Amino acid sequence: MSKLNIISELRGLYAIWYREILVFTREPSRLVGAIVQPLLWLVIFGTGLGSIIEPGAVSGANYQQFLFPGILAMTILFGSLFFGLYIILDKRIDFLKEVLVAPLNKSTMFFGKALGGSTDGLLQIIILMILGAIFFGIHFTLLSIILTLIIVILLLIAVTSLGLAIGSMMESPEGFGLISSFVIFPLFFLSGALFPVTKLPIWLKIVVTINPISYSVDALRSIIIGITSYGLFLDFVVTIVFALIMVTIGTWAFKRIKL
Amino acid sequence: MSLFHDESTQNISKNMPLIEIKNLTKKFENFVAVDNLSLDVNKGEILGLLGPNGAGKTTTLSMLATLLPPTSGDALVEGFSVTKDPTQVRRSIGFVFQDPSSDDLLTGRENLYLHALMYGVKNSEINKKIDEGLKLVDLTDKQNIRMRKYSGGMRRRLELARGFLHSPKILFLDEPTLGLDPQTRENLWKYIKKLSVENKITIILTTHYMEEADMLCDRVAIIDHGKIIALNTPSGFKKGLGGDLITVKTKNPALPDLKKMGFIKNIQYENNLLSLTVDNASKHLQEILKKVGEAENVELHPPTLHDVFIKLTGRQIREESEGGEGDWLTKSINSRRSK
Repeated sequence: MSKLNIISELRGLYAIWYREILVFTREPSRLVGAIVQPLLWLVIFGTGLGSIIEPGAVSGANYQQFLFPGILAMTILFGSLFFGLYIILDKRIDFLKEVLVAPLNKSTMFFGKALGGSTDGLLQIIILMILGAIFFGIHFTLLSIILTLIIVILLLIAVTSLGLAIGSMMESPEGFGLISSFVIFPLFFLSGALFPVTKLPIWLKIVVTINPISYSVDALRSIIIGITSYGLFLDFVVTIVFALIMVTIGTWAFKRIKL
Repeated sequence: MSLFHDESTQNISKNMPLIEIKNLTKKFENFVAVDNLSLDVNKGEILGLLGPNGAGKTTTLSMLATLLPPTSGDALVEGFSVTKDPTQVRRSIGFVFQDPSSDDLLTGRENLYLHALMYGVKNSEINKKIDEGLKLVDLTDKQNIRMRKYSGGMRRRLELARGFLHSPKILFLDEPTLGLDPQTRENLWKYIKKLSVENKITIILTTHYMEEADMLCDRVAIIDHGKIIALNTPSGFKKGLGGDLITVKTKNPALPDLKKMGFIKNIQYENNLLSLTVDNASKHLQEILKKVGEAENVELHPPTLHDVFIKLTGRQIREESEGGEGDWLTKSINSRRSK
Protein backbone atom coordinates (compact mmCIF):
# COMPACT_ATOMS: atom_id res chain seq x y z
CA MET A 1 0.00 0.00 0.00
CA SER A 2 1.42 3.37 -0.97
CA LYS A 3 1.97 6.18 1.48
CA LEU A 4 -0.83 8.22 -0.01
CA ASN A 5 -3.27 5.41 0.58
CA ILE A 6 -2.37 5.12 4.24
CA ILE A 7 -3.01 8.82 4.68
CA SER A 8 -6.42 8.65 3.01
CA GLU A 9 -7.32 5.62 5.12
CA LEU A 10 -6.34 7.50 8.27
CA ARG A 11 -8.40 10.52 7.23
CA GLY A 12 -11.36 8.21 6.61
CA LEU A 13 -10.81 6.60 9.99
CA TYR A 14 -10.76 10.02 11.60
CA ALA A 15 -13.93 11.09 9.78
CA ILE A 16 -15.90 8.04 10.90
CA TRP A 17 -14.61 8.39 14.47
CA TYR A 18 -15.28 12.14 14.50
CA ARG A 19 -18.88 11.64 13.43
CA GLU A 20 -19.49 9.36 16.41
CA ILE A 21 -17.99 11.92 18.75
CA LEU A 22 -20.07 14.76 17.28
CA VAL A 23 -23.26 12.72 17.55
CA PHE A 24 -22.40 11.67 21.09
CA THR A 25 -21.94 15.26 22.19
CA ARG A 26 -25.24 16.25 20.57
CA GLU A 27 -27.20 13.73 22.62
CA PRO A 28 -26.39 14.43 26.27
CA SER A 29 -29.08 11.95 27.32
CA ARG A 30 -26.83 9.16 26.07
CA LEU A 31 -24.12 10.17 28.54
CA VAL A 32 -26.45 10.86 31.47
CA GLY A 33 -28.18 7.49 31.03
CA ALA A 34 -24.86 5.74 30.79
CA ILE A 35 -23.68 7.25 34.09
CA VAL A 36 -26.85 7.02 36.15
CA GLN A 37 -27.38 3.30 35.70
CA PRO A 38 -24.04 2.12 37.11
CA LEU A 39 -24.40 4.60 39.98
CA LEU A 40 -27.74 3.06 40.90
CA TRP A 41 -26.11 -0.35 40.95
CA LEU A 42 -23.32 0.90 43.19
CA VAL A 43 -25.58 2.81 45.56
CA ILE A 44 -28.64 0.55 45.77
CA PHE A 45 -27.37 -2.89 44.94
CA GLY A 46 -24.03 -2.26 46.63
CA THR A 47 -25.60 -0.97 49.82
CA GLY A 48 -28.42 -3.52 49.85
CA LEU A 49 -26.35 -6.61 49.28
CA GLY A 50 -23.44 -5.14 51.21
CA SER A 51 -25.62 -4.90 54.33
CA ILE A 52 -26.09 -8.68 54.53
CA ILE A 53 -22.53 -9.61 53.62
CA GLU A 54 -20.28 -10.11 56.62
CA PRO A 55 -17.33 -7.76 56.66
CA GLY A 56 -14.33 -9.51 55.18
CA ALA A 57 -16.42 -12.07 53.23
CA VAL A 58 -15.24 -10.55 49.95
CA SER A 59 -11.54 -10.76 50.68
CA GLY A 60 -11.22 -7.90 53.08
CA ALA A 61 -12.78 -5.07 51.06
CA ASN A 62 -16.19 -3.59 51.75
CA TYR A 63 -18.75 -4.85 49.22
CA GLN A 64 -19.21 -1.53 47.46
CA GLN A 65 -15.49 -1.28 46.80
CA PHE A 66 -15.44 -4.91 45.72
CA LEU A 67 -18.34 -4.18 43.38
CA PHE A 68 -16.82 -1.05 41.83
CA PRO A 69 -14.47 -2.75 39.29
CA GLY A 70 -17.30 -5.12 38.38
CA ILE A 71 -19.57 -2.16 37.70
CA LEU A 72 -16.93 -0.59 35.45
CA ALA A 73 -16.91 -3.83 33.44
CA MET A 74 -20.71 -3.85 33.44
CA THR A 75 -20.87 -0.31 32.09
CA ILE A 76 -18.54 -1.28 29.27
CA LEU A 77 -20.43 -4.48 28.49
CA PHE A 78 -23.87 -2.97 28.29
CA GLY A 79 -22.95 0.40 26.82
CA SER A 80 -20.56 -0.84 24.18
CA LEU A 81 -22.50 -3.90 23.09
CA PHE A 82 -25.57 -1.78 22.49
CA PHE A 83 -23.48 0.64 20.47
CA GLY A 84 -23.85 -2.00 17.73
CA LEU A 85 -27.45 -0.84 17.44
CA TYR A 86 -26.25 2.33 15.73
CA ILE A 87 -25.04 0.36 12.75
CA ILE A 88 -28.60 -0.86 12.26
CA LEU A 89 -29.85 2.71 12.47
CA ASP A 90 -27.25 3.71 9.85
CA LYS A 91 -28.63 0.93 7.68
CA ARG A 92 -32.15 2.27 8.12
CA ILE A 93 -31.17 5.58 6.62
CA ASP A 94 -28.71 5.40 3.78
CA PHE A 95 -25.82 6.83 5.79
CA LEU A 96 -24.18 3.42 5.76
CA LYS A 97 -24.19 3.46 1.94
CA GLU A 98 -22.56 6.89 2.03
CA VAL A 99 -19.73 5.29 4.03
CA LEU A 100 -19.63 2.09 1.98
CA VAL A 101 -19.27 3.93 -1.34
CA ALA A 102 -16.28 5.88 0.00
CA PRO A 103 -12.99 4.75 -1.52
CA LEU A 104 -11.79 3.28 1.77
CA ASN A 105 -10.85 -0.14 3.02
CA LYS A 106 -13.74 -1.90 4.77
CA SER A 107 -11.50 -2.56 7.79
CA THR A 108 -10.94 1.18 8.11
CA MET A 109 -14.68 1.82 8.12
CA PHE A 110 -15.20 -0.82 10.77
CA PHE A 111 -12.34 0.30 12.97
CA GLY A 112 -13.43 3.95 12.80
CA LYS A 113 -16.86 2.98 14.03
CA ALA A 114 -15.43 0.73 16.76
CA LEU A 115 -13.07 3.47 17.94
CA GLY A 116 -15.93 5.96 18.00
CA GLY A 117 -17.99 3.70 20.23
CA SER A 118 -15.00 2.99 22.43
CA THR A 119 -14.32 6.69 22.89
CA ASP A 120 -17.90 7.24 24.05
CA GLY A 121 -17.44 4.42 26.56
CA LEU A 122 -14.07 5.70 27.72
CA LEU A 123 -15.59 9.03 28.61
CA GLN A 124 -18.23 7.31 30.73
CA ILE A 125 -15.64 5.21 32.53
CA ILE A 126 -13.47 8.23 33.33
CA ILE A 127 -16.47 9.98 34.86
CA LEU A 128 -17.30 6.86 36.89
CA MET A 129 -13.72 6.61 38.10
CA ILE A 130 -13.80 10.20 39.30
CA LEU A 131 -17.11 9.63 41.08
CA GLY A 132 -15.74 6.40 42.55
CA ALA A 133 -12.75 8.22 43.97
CA ILE A 134 -14.91 10.97 45.45
CA PHE A 135 -17.94 9.08 46.77
CA PHE A 136 -17.01 5.41 47.15
CA GLY A 137 -13.60 5.66 48.72
CA ILE A 138 -11.74 4.16 45.77
CA HIS A 139 -8.06 4.98 46.01
CA PHE A 140 -6.29 5.55 42.69
CA THR A 141 -2.58 6.01 42.06
CA LEU A 142 -1.07 7.19 38.78
CA LEU A 143 -0.03 3.63 37.97
CA SER A 144 -3.44 2.16 38.78
CA ILE A 145 -5.13 4.82 36.66
CA ILE A 146 -2.93 3.98 33.67
CA LEU A 147 -3.36 0.21 34.06
CA THR A 148 -7.11 0.56 34.57
CA LEU A 149 -7.42 2.64 31.41
CA ILE A 150 -5.42 0.10 29.39
CA ILE A 151 -7.71 -2.75 30.44
CA VAL A 152 -10.76 -0.53 29.94
CA ILE A 153 -9.73 0.45 26.40
CA LEU A 154 -9.00 -3.15 25.42
CA LEU A 155 -12.33 -4.31 26.78
CA LEU A 156 -14.16 -1.38 25.12
CA ILE A 157 -12.70 -2.25 21.73
CA ALA A 158 -13.51 -5.92 22.21
CA VAL A 159 -17.12 -5.43 23.26
CA THR A 160 -17.83 -2.63 20.76
CA SER A 161 -16.54 -4.91 18.01
CA LEU A 162 -18.79 -7.70 19.25
CA GLY A 163 -21.77 -5.34 19.23
CA LEU A 164 -20.95 -4.10 15.73
CA ALA A 165 -20.57 -7.69 14.56
CA ILE A 166 -24.06 -8.48 15.83
CA GLY A 167 -25.39 -5.23 14.37
CA SER A 168 -23.85 -6.02 10.99
CA MET A 169 -25.65 -9.33 10.85
CA MET A 170 -29.05 -8.20 12.10
CA GLU A 171 -31.81 -6.48 10.16
CA SER A 172 -33.90 -4.92 12.90
CA PRO A 173 -33.36 -3.24 16.27
CA GLU A 174 -35.67 -5.86 17.81
CA GLY A 175 -33.55 -8.72 16.53
CA PHE A 176 -30.46 -6.96 17.74
CA GLY A 177 -31.94 -6.53 21.23
CA LEU A 178 -32.85 -10.18 21.42
CA ILE A 179 -29.46 -11.53 20.37
CA SER A 180 -27.56 -9.03 22.53
CA SER A 181 -29.50 -10.05 25.62
CA PHE A 182 -28.62 -13.66 24.98
CA VAL A 183 -24.97 -12.71 24.73
CA ILE A 184 -24.69 -10.08 27.40
CA PHE A 185 -26.37 -11.55 30.46
CA PRO A 186 -24.30 -14.75 30.66
CA LEU A 187 -21.14 -12.75 29.97
CA PHE A 188 -22.01 -10.36 32.79
CA PHE A 189 -23.41 -12.67 35.48
CA LEU A 190 -20.75 -15.32 34.96
CA SER A 191 -17.83 -12.91 35.12
CA GLY A 192 -17.44 -12.49 38.85
CA ALA A 193 -18.49 -8.85 38.53
CA LEU A 194 -21.00 -9.20 41.37
CA PHE A 195 -19.46 -11.93 43.55
CA PRO A 196 -16.07 -13.50 44.21
CA VAL A 197 -15.42 -16.59 42.12
CA THR A 198 -13.16 -18.42 44.57
CA LYS A 199 -15.85 -20.16 46.58
CA LEU A 200 -18.14 -21.15 43.67
CA PRO A 201 -19.13 -24.79 43.05
CA ILE A 202 -16.92 -26.43 40.50
CA TRP A 203 -19.40 -26.43 37.53
CA LEU A 204 -19.99 -22.72 37.86
CA LYS A 205 -16.31 -22.10 38.34
CA ILE A 206 -15.61 -23.81 35.00
CA VAL A 207 -18.09 -21.59 33.19
CA VAL A 208 -16.64 -18.47 34.80
CA THR A 209 -13.11 -19.56 33.85
CA ILE A 210 -14.14 -19.92 30.20
CA ASN A 211 -15.72 -16.45 30.13
CA PRO A 212 -13.13 -13.94 28.88
CA ILE A 213 -14.88 -11.10 30.71
CA SER A 214 -13.91 -12.75 34.02
CA TYR A 215 -10.30 -11.88 33.31
CA SER A 216 -11.04 -8.24 32.58
CA VAL A 217 -13.06 -8.00 35.80
CA ASP A 218 -10.25 -9.74 37.69
CA ALA A 219 -7.71 -7.37 36.13
CA LEU A 220 -9.68 -4.29 37.16
CA ARG A 221 -10.21 -5.64 40.67
CA SER A 222 -6.57 -6.52 40.95
CA ILE A 223 -5.47 -3.05 39.82
CA ILE A 224 -8.03 -1.04 41.76
CA ILE A 225 -8.40 -2.90 45.09
CA GLY A 226 -5.62 -5.46 44.94
CA ILE A 227 -7.70 -8.68 44.88
CA THR A 228 -7.00 -11.21 42.12
CA SER A 229 -7.97 -14.77 41.26
CA TYR A 230 -5.96 -15.40 38.10
CA GLY A 231 -3.01 -13.02 38.38
CA LEU A 232 -2.67 -9.77 36.49
CA PHE A 233 -0.42 -11.20 33.78
CA LEU A 234 -2.89 -13.85 32.66
CA ASP A 235 -5.68 -11.25 32.89
CA PHE A 236 -3.82 -8.99 30.46
CA VAL A 237 -3.03 -11.78 28.05
CA VAL A 238 -6.62 -13.01 27.92
CA THR A 239 -8.02 -9.49 27.53
CA ILE A 240 -5.64 -8.68 24.66
CA VAL A 241 -6.41 -11.95 22.88
CA PHE A 242 -10.13 -11.41 23.43
CA ALA A 243 -9.91 -7.92 21.90
CA LEU A 244 -7.96 -9.20 18.88
CA ILE A 245 -10.44 -11.98 18.24
CA MET A 246 -13.44 -9.66 18.54
CA VAL A 247 -11.91 -7.08 16.17
CA THR A 248 -11.27 -9.85 13.66
CA ILE A 249 -14.80 -11.21 13.95
CA GLY A 250 -16.27 -7.71 13.77
CA THR A 251 -14.30 -6.81 10.64
CA TRP A 252 -15.31 -10.10 9.07
CA ALA A 253 -18.98 -9.49 9.81
CA PHE A 254 -18.83 -5.89 8.60
CA LYS A 255 -17.30 -6.93 5.28
CA ARG A 256 -20.24 -9.23 4.74
CA ILE A 257 -22.83 -6.65 5.70
CA LYS A 258 -26.00 -6.84 3.65
CA LEU A 259 -27.86 -3.69 2.87
CA MET B 1 2.60 16.09 -33.66
CA SER B 2 0.30 17.10 -36.49
CA LEU B 3 -2.99 18.80 -35.97
CA PHE B 4 -4.72 15.93 -37.69
CA HIS B 5 -3.21 13.44 -35.30
CA ASP B 6 -4.31 15.49 -32.29
CA GLU B 7 -7.85 15.57 -33.54
CA SER B 8 -8.05 11.88 -34.13
CA THR B 9 -6.81 10.95 -30.67
CA GLN B 10 -9.26 13.34 -29.12
CA ASN B 11 -12.00 11.74 -31.13
CA ILE B 12 -11.09 8.31 -29.93
CA SER B 13 -11.11 9.32 -26.28
CA LYS B 14 -14.42 11.09 -26.79
CA ASN B 15 -16.04 8.05 -28.26
CA MET B 16 -14.76 5.60 -25.71
CA PRO B 17 -17.53 4.76 -23.26
CA LEU B 18 -16.82 5.80 -19.70
CA ILE B 19 -18.96 3.01 -18.35
CA GLU B 20 -19.40 -0.34 -20.06
CA ILE B 21 -22.07 -2.61 -18.66
CA LYS B 22 -21.75 -6.16 -19.90
CA ASN B 23 -24.50 -8.75 -19.36
CA LEU B 24 -25.03 -7.54 -15.83
CA THR B 25 -27.41 -9.79 -13.89
CA LYS B 26 -28.67 -9.78 -10.31
CA LYS B 27 -30.91 -12.45 -8.87
CA PHE B 28 -32.51 -12.42 -5.44
CA GLU B 29 -33.65 -15.93 -4.60
CA ASN B 30 -36.27 -16.61 -7.26
CA PHE B 31 -36.53 -13.04 -8.49
CA VAL B 32 -34.43 -11.59 -11.31
CA ALA B 33 -33.94 -7.88 -10.55
CA VAL B 34 -31.52 -7.12 -13.37
CA ASP B 35 -31.60 -9.39 -16.38
CA ASN B 36 -28.53 -9.62 -18.60
CA LEU B 37 -28.27 -5.88 -19.03
CA SER B 38 -25.70 -4.33 -21.38
CA LEU B 39 -25.19 -0.63 -21.94
CA ASP B 40 -22.45 1.89 -22.72
CA VAL B 41 -22.43 5.32 -21.15
CA ASN B 42 -20.47 8.06 -22.88
CA LYS B 43 -18.33 10.71 -21.31
CA GLY B 44 -20.17 13.86 -20.33
CA GLU B 45 -23.68 12.66 -21.04
CA ILE B 46 -26.66 12.45 -18.73
CA LEU B 47 -28.15 9.03 -19.13
CA GLY B 48 -31.53 8.29 -17.64
CA LEU B 49 -32.76 4.89 -16.53
CA LEU B 50 -36.51 5.30 -16.79
CA GLY B 51 -38.88 2.70 -15.51
CA PRO B 52 -41.46 1.81 -12.88
CA ASN B 53 -40.51 0.94 -9.32
CA GLY B 54 -39.07 -2.53 -9.13
CA ALA B 55 -37.75 -2.38 -12.69
CA GLY B 56 -34.18 -2.89 -11.47
CA LYS B 57 -32.89 0.67 -11.75
CA THR B 58 -31.56 1.02 -8.21
CA THR B 59 -30.13 -2.49 -8.29
CA THR B 60 -28.22 -1.58 -11.44
CA LEU B 61 -26.80 1.57 -9.84
CA SER B 62 -25.91 -0.34 -6.67
CA MET B 63 -23.91 -2.85 -8.68
CA LEU B 64 -22.14 -0.07 -10.58
CA ALA B 65 -21.25 1.54 -7.24
CA THR B 66 -19.96 -1.79 -5.86
CA LEU B 67 -22.59 -1.85 -3.12
CA LEU B 68 -24.02 -5.10 -4.44
CA PRO B 69 -22.10 -7.91 -6.11
CA PRO B 70 -23.59 -8.97 -9.46
CA THR B 71 -24.83 -12.55 -9.77
CA SER B 72 -23.15 -12.66 -13.18
CA GLY B 73 -21.76 -10.28 -15.77
CA ASP B 74 -19.58 -7.28 -15.09
CA ALA B 75 -19.29 -3.55 -15.59
CA LEU B 76 -16.27 -1.40 -16.28
CA VAL B 77 -16.26 2.04 -14.73
CA GLU B 78 -13.45 4.11 -16.19
CA GLY B 79 -11.95 0.80 -17.23
CA PHE B 80 -12.06 -0.72 -13.74
CA SER B 81 -14.14 -3.81 -13.12
CA VAL B 82 -16.76 -3.50 -10.38
CA THR B 83 -16.19 -7.12 -9.42
CA LYS B 84 -12.39 -7.22 -9.50
CA ASP B 85 -11.40 -3.68 -8.62
CA PRO B 86 -14.17 -2.18 -6.47
CA THR B 87 -11.94 0.27 -4.56
CA GLN B 88 -10.67 1.81 -7.82
CA VAL B 89 -14.23 2.09 -9.07
CA ARG B 90 -15.25 3.91 -5.89
CA ARG B 91 -12.53 6.50 -6.48
CA SER B 92 -14.25 7.60 -9.70
CA ILE B 93 -17.82 7.90 -8.52
CA GLY B 94 -20.19 9.94 -6.42
CA PHE B 95 -23.62 8.73 -5.38
CA VAL B 96 -26.76 10.57 -4.34
CA PHE B 97 -28.96 7.97 -2.75
CA GLN B 98 -32.70 7.60 -2.95
CA ASP B 99 -33.25 7.67 0.81
CA PRO B 100 -31.84 10.34 3.12
CA SER B 101 -28.21 9.48 3.78
CA SER B 102 -26.96 12.38 5.87
CA ASP B 103 -26.73 12.42 9.65
CA ASP B 104 -29.49 14.73 10.84
CA LEU B 105 -27.83 15.41 14.19
CA LEU B 106 -25.05 17.13 12.30
CA THR B 107 -25.16 20.40 10.41
CA GLY B 108 -25.09 20.55 6.63
CA ARG B 109 -21.52 21.75 6.67
CA GLU B 110 -20.42 18.99 9.03
CA ASN B 111 -21.94 16.36 6.75
CA LEU B 112 -20.01 17.83 3.83
CA TYR B 113 -16.83 17.95 5.91
CA LEU B 114 -17.07 14.27 6.83
CA HIS B 115 -17.68 13.43 3.19
CA ALA B 116 -14.62 15.42 2.12
CA LEU B 117 -12.43 13.49 4.57
CA MET B 118 -13.80 10.08 3.62
CA TYR B 119 -13.71 10.71 -0.12
CA GLY B 120 -10.17 12.04 -0.23
CA VAL B 121 -10.58 15.78 -0.86
CA LYS B 122 -7.20 17.43 -0.26
CA ASN B 123 -6.96 19.23 3.09
CA SER B 124 -6.07 22.51 1.39
CA GLU B 125 -9.20 22.30 -0.77
CA ILE B 126 -11.78 21.12 1.74
CA ASN B 127 -13.10 24.52 2.78
CA LYS B 128 -13.11 25.87 -0.75
CA LYS B 129 -14.98 22.84 -2.08
CA ILE B 130 -17.53 22.95 0.72
CA ASP B 131 -18.16 26.65 0.13
CA GLU B 132 -18.57 26.06 -3.61
CA GLY B 133 -20.90 23.13 -3.05
CA LEU B 134 -23.06 25.08 -0.62
CA LYS B 135 -23.22 27.99 -3.02
CA LEU B 136 -24.18 25.78 -5.94
CA VAL B 137 -27.26 24.49 -4.12
CA ASP B 138 -27.99 27.80 -2.37
CA LEU B 139 -27.54 26.51 1.15
CA THR B 140 -24.77 28.83 2.28
CA ASP B 141 -26.94 30.52 4.91
CA LYS B 142 -28.29 27.20 6.22
CA GLN B 143 -24.91 25.47 6.49
CA ASN B 144 -24.63 25.65 10.27
CA ILE B 145 -28.13 24.43 11.02
CA ARG B 146 -28.61 20.82 12.06
CA MET B 147 -30.10 18.83 9.22
CA ARG B 148 -32.97 17.69 11.39
CA LYS B 149 -34.40 21.15 10.67
CA TYR B 150 -33.91 20.92 6.89
CA SER B 151 -36.88 20.42 4.59
CA GLY B 152 -36.93 17.43 2.24
CA GLY B 153 -35.87 19.61 -0.67
CA MET B 154 -33.02 21.24 1.24
CA ARG B 155 -31.78 17.84 2.31
CA ARG B 156 -31.77 16.56 -1.26
CA ARG B 157 -29.90 19.65 -2.39
CA LEU B 158 -27.27 19.19 0.27
CA GLU B 159 -26.88 15.54 -0.64
CA LEU B 160 -26.55 16.52 -4.28
CA ALA B 161 -23.75 18.94 -3.38
CA ARG B 162 -22.19 16.24 -1.24
CA GLY B 163 -22.27 13.61 -3.99
CA PHE B 164 -20.32 15.99 -6.15
CA LEU B 165 -18.04 17.45 -3.46
CA HIS B 166 -15.01 15.27 -4.26
CA SER B 167 -15.29 16.08 -8.01
CA PRO B 168 -16.05 12.55 -9.17
CA LYS B 169 -15.97 11.89 -12.91
CA ILE B 170 -19.23 9.99 -12.66
CA LEU B 171 -22.27 10.80 -10.56
CA PHE B 172 -25.11 8.40 -9.83
CA LEU B 173 -28.42 9.97 -8.92
CA ASP B 174 -31.01 7.54 -7.64
CA GLU B 175 -34.50 9.04 -8.01
CA PRO B 176 -33.12 12.51 -7.25
CA THR B 177 -36.52 14.20 -6.91
CA LEU B 178 -38.62 11.39 -5.46
CA GLY B 179 -41.27 12.64 -3.09
CA LEU B 180 -40.56 16.34 -3.70
CA ASP B 181 -43.20 18.85 -4.66
CA PRO B 182 -43.21 20.03 -8.31
CA GLN B 183 -41.63 23.39 -7.55
CA THR B 184 -38.75 21.90 -5.58
CA ARG B 185 -38.37 19.30 -8.29
CA GLU B 186 -37.89 21.86 -11.03
CA ASN B 187 -35.53 23.73 -8.78
CA LEU B 188 -33.43 20.61 -8.33
CA TRP B 189 -33.37 19.93 -12.07
CA LYS B 190 -31.84 23.35 -12.47
CA TYR B 191 -29.02 22.42 -10.09
CA ILE B 192 -28.40 19.09 -11.81
CA LYS B 193 -28.25 20.77 -15.23
CA LYS B 194 -25.86 23.36 -13.85
CA LEU B 195 -23.65 20.67 -12.39
CA SER B 196 -23.54 18.77 -15.65
CA VAL B 197 -22.87 21.79 -17.85
CA GLU B 198 -20.31 23.53 -15.66
CA ASN B 199 -18.29 20.47 -14.76
CA LYS B 200 -18.76 18.16 -17.76
CA ILE B 201 -19.56 15.40 -15.35
CA THR B 202 -21.10 12.13 -16.53
CA ILE B 203 -24.40 11.40 -14.82
CA ILE B 204 -26.54 8.30 -14.64
CA LEU B 205 -29.87 8.95 -13.02
CA THR B 206 -32.82 6.72 -12.32
CA THR B 207 -36.31 8.07 -12.38
CA HIS B 208 -39.87 7.10 -12.91
CA TYR B 209 -40.88 10.65 -13.77
CA MET B 210 -41.29 11.13 -17.50
CA GLU B 211 -40.72 14.88 -17.49
CA GLU B 212 -37.60 14.44 -15.43
CA ALA B 213 -36.05 12.11 -18.01
CA ASP B 214 -37.24 14.46 -20.76
CA MET B 215 -35.86 17.59 -19.11
CA LEU B 216 -32.49 16.29 -17.99
CA CYS B 217 -31.30 13.39 -20.07
CA ASP B 218 -29.28 13.26 -23.27
CA ARG B 219 -30.28 9.64 -23.66
CA VAL B 220 -32.93 7.57 -21.95
CA ALA B 221 -32.91 3.83 -21.42
CA ILE B 222 -36.43 2.58 -20.74
CA ILE B 223 -36.08 -0.32 -18.38
CA ASP B 224 -38.69 -2.81 -17.27
CA HIS B 225 -38.39 -6.17 -15.49
CA GLY B 226 -34.62 -5.76 -15.35
CA LYS B 227 -34.18 -5.32 -19.10
CA ILE B 228 -33.63 -2.34 -21.35
CA ILE B 229 -36.56 -2.32 -23.73
CA ALA B 230 -35.57 0.83 -25.61
CA LEU B 231 -32.70 3.30 -25.76
CA ASN B 232 -32.85 6.64 -27.51
CA THR B 233 -32.66 10.39 -27.08
CA PRO B 234 -35.87 11.94 -25.73
CA SER B 235 -36.50 13.67 -29.08
CA GLY B 236 -35.71 10.49 -30.97
CA PHE B 237 -38.27 8.64 -28.91
CA LYS B 238 -40.90 11.24 -29.61
CA LYS B 239 -40.16 11.33 -33.32
CA GLY B 240 -40.59 7.58 -33.29
CA LEU B 241 -44.17 8.12 -32.24
CA GLY B 242 -44.76 9.88 -35.53
CA GLY B 243 -46.26 13.21 -34.70
CA ASP B 244 -48.27 15.34 -32.30
CA LEU B 245 -51.24 14.06 -30.39
CA ILE B 246 -54.74 15.45 -30.59
CA THR B 247 -57.35 14.31 -28.16
CA VAL B 248 -60.96 15.34 -28.74
CA LYS B 249 -64.08 14.60 -26.77
CA THR B 250 -66.75 14.17 -29.38
CA LYS B 251 -69.90 12.16 -30.04
CA ASN B 252 -70.05 11.78 -33.79
CA PRO B 253 -66.79 12.08 -35.71
CA ALA B 254 -66.66 11.37 -39.41
CA LEU B 255 -64.16 8.57 -39.08
CA PRO B 256 -64.01 7.54 -42.76
CA ASP B 257 -63.21 11.14 -43.76
CA LEU B 258 -60.51 11.37 -41.14
CA LYS B 259 -58.96 8.15 -42.32
CA LYS B 260 -58.55 9.63 -45.77
CA MET B 261 -56.36 12.47 -44.49
CA GLY B 262 -52.72 11.65 -45.22
CA PHE B 263 -51.24 13.57 -42.31
CA ILE B 264 -53.15 11.54 -39.72
CA LYS B 265 -50.99 8.60 -38.78
CA ASN B 266 -53.12 6.90 -36.22
CA ILE B 267 -56.76 7.03 -35.14
CA GLN B 268 -58.29 5.66 -31.98
CA TYR B 269 -61.89 6.16 -30.92
CA GLU B 270 -63.13 4.87 -27.60
CA ASN B 271 -65.79 6.07 -25.14
CA ASN B 272 -66.41 9.29 -27.05
CA LEU B 273 -62.69 10.04 -26.90
CA LEU B 274 -60.91 10.46 -30.20
CA SER B 275 -57.10 10.22 -30.20
CA LEU B 276 -55.18 11.18 -33.31
CA THR B 277 -51.48 11.09 -34.10
CA VAL B 278 -50.87 13.89 -36.57
CA ASP B 279 -47.93 15.34 -38.49
CA ASN B 280 -47.66 19.05 -37.81
CA ALA B 281 -50.94 19.17 -35.94
CA SER B 282 -51.22 22.91 -35.42
CA LYS B 283 -51.31 23.45 -39.17
CA HIS B 284 -54.02 20.87 -39.83
CA LEU B 285 -56.13 21.42 -36.75
CA GLN B 286 -58.87 23.44 -38.44
CA GLU B 287 -59.24 20.88 -41.21
CA ILE B 288 -59.47 18.04 -38.75
CA LEU B 289 -61.98 19.70 -36.50
CA LYS B 290 -64.35 20.22 -39.42
CA LYS B 291 -64.62 16.48 -39.79
CA VAL B 292 -64.76 15.81 -36.09
CA GLY B 293 -68.10 17.51 -35.68
CA GLU B 294 -69.27 18.94 -32.42
CA ALA B 295 -66.25 18.86 -30.17
CA GLU B 296 -66.47 19.37 -26.46
CA ASN B 297 -62.88 19.45 -25.46
CA VAL B 298 -59.84 19.64 -27.71
CA GLU B 299 -56.33 18.95 -26.52
CA LEU B 300 -53.25 19.23 -28.65
CA HIS B 301 -49.88 18.30 -27.33
CA PRO B 302 -46.53 17.30 -28.70
CA PRO B 303 -45.66 13.71 -27.89
CA THR B 304 -44.14 13.10 -24.45
CA LEU B 305 -42.08 10.29 -23.06
CA HIS B 306 -45.24 9.27 -21.29
CA ASP B 307 -46.80 8.43 -24.65
CA VAL B 308 -43.62 6.61 -25.61
CA PHE B 309 -43.72 4.52 -22.48
CA ILE B 310 -47.35 3.54 -22.99
CA LYS B 311 -46.66 2.62 -26.57
CA LEU B 312 -43.63 0.49 -25.64
CA THR B 313 -45.00 -1.30 -22.63
CA GLY B 314 -48.71 -1.13 -23.32
CA ARG B 315 -49.36 0.37 -19.91
CA GLN B 316 -48.98 3.39 -17.70
CA ILE B 317 -45.94 3.66 -15.49
CA ARG B 318 -46.67 2.25 -12.06
CA GLU B 319 -46.83 4.90 -9.39
CA GLU B 320 -46.51 2.93 -6.23
CA SER B 321 -44.78 3.07 -2.85
CA GLU B 322 -43.56 6.61 -3.32
CA GLY B 323 -40.86 7.56 -0.91
CA GLY B 324 -40.49 3.93 0.06
CA GLU B 325 -37.31 1.96 0.28
CA GLY B 326 -35.27 1.15 -2.78
CA ASP B 327 -36.79 -1.66 -4.77
CA TRP B 328 -33.86 -4.04 -4.42
CA LEU B 329 -33.61 -3.34 -0.72
CA THR B 330 -37.18 -4.37 -0.04
CA LYS B 331 -36.79 -7.35 -2.31
CA SER B 332 -33.58 -8.49 -0.69
CA ILE B 333 -34.92 -8.12 2.82
CA ASN B 334 -38.06 -10.01 1.93
CA SER B 335 -36.12 -12.76 0.26
CA ARG B 336 -33.86 -13.16 3.24
CA ARG B 337 -36.76 -13.14 5.66
CA SER B 338 -38.31 -16.04 3.83
CA LYS B 339 -35.18 -18.14 4.29
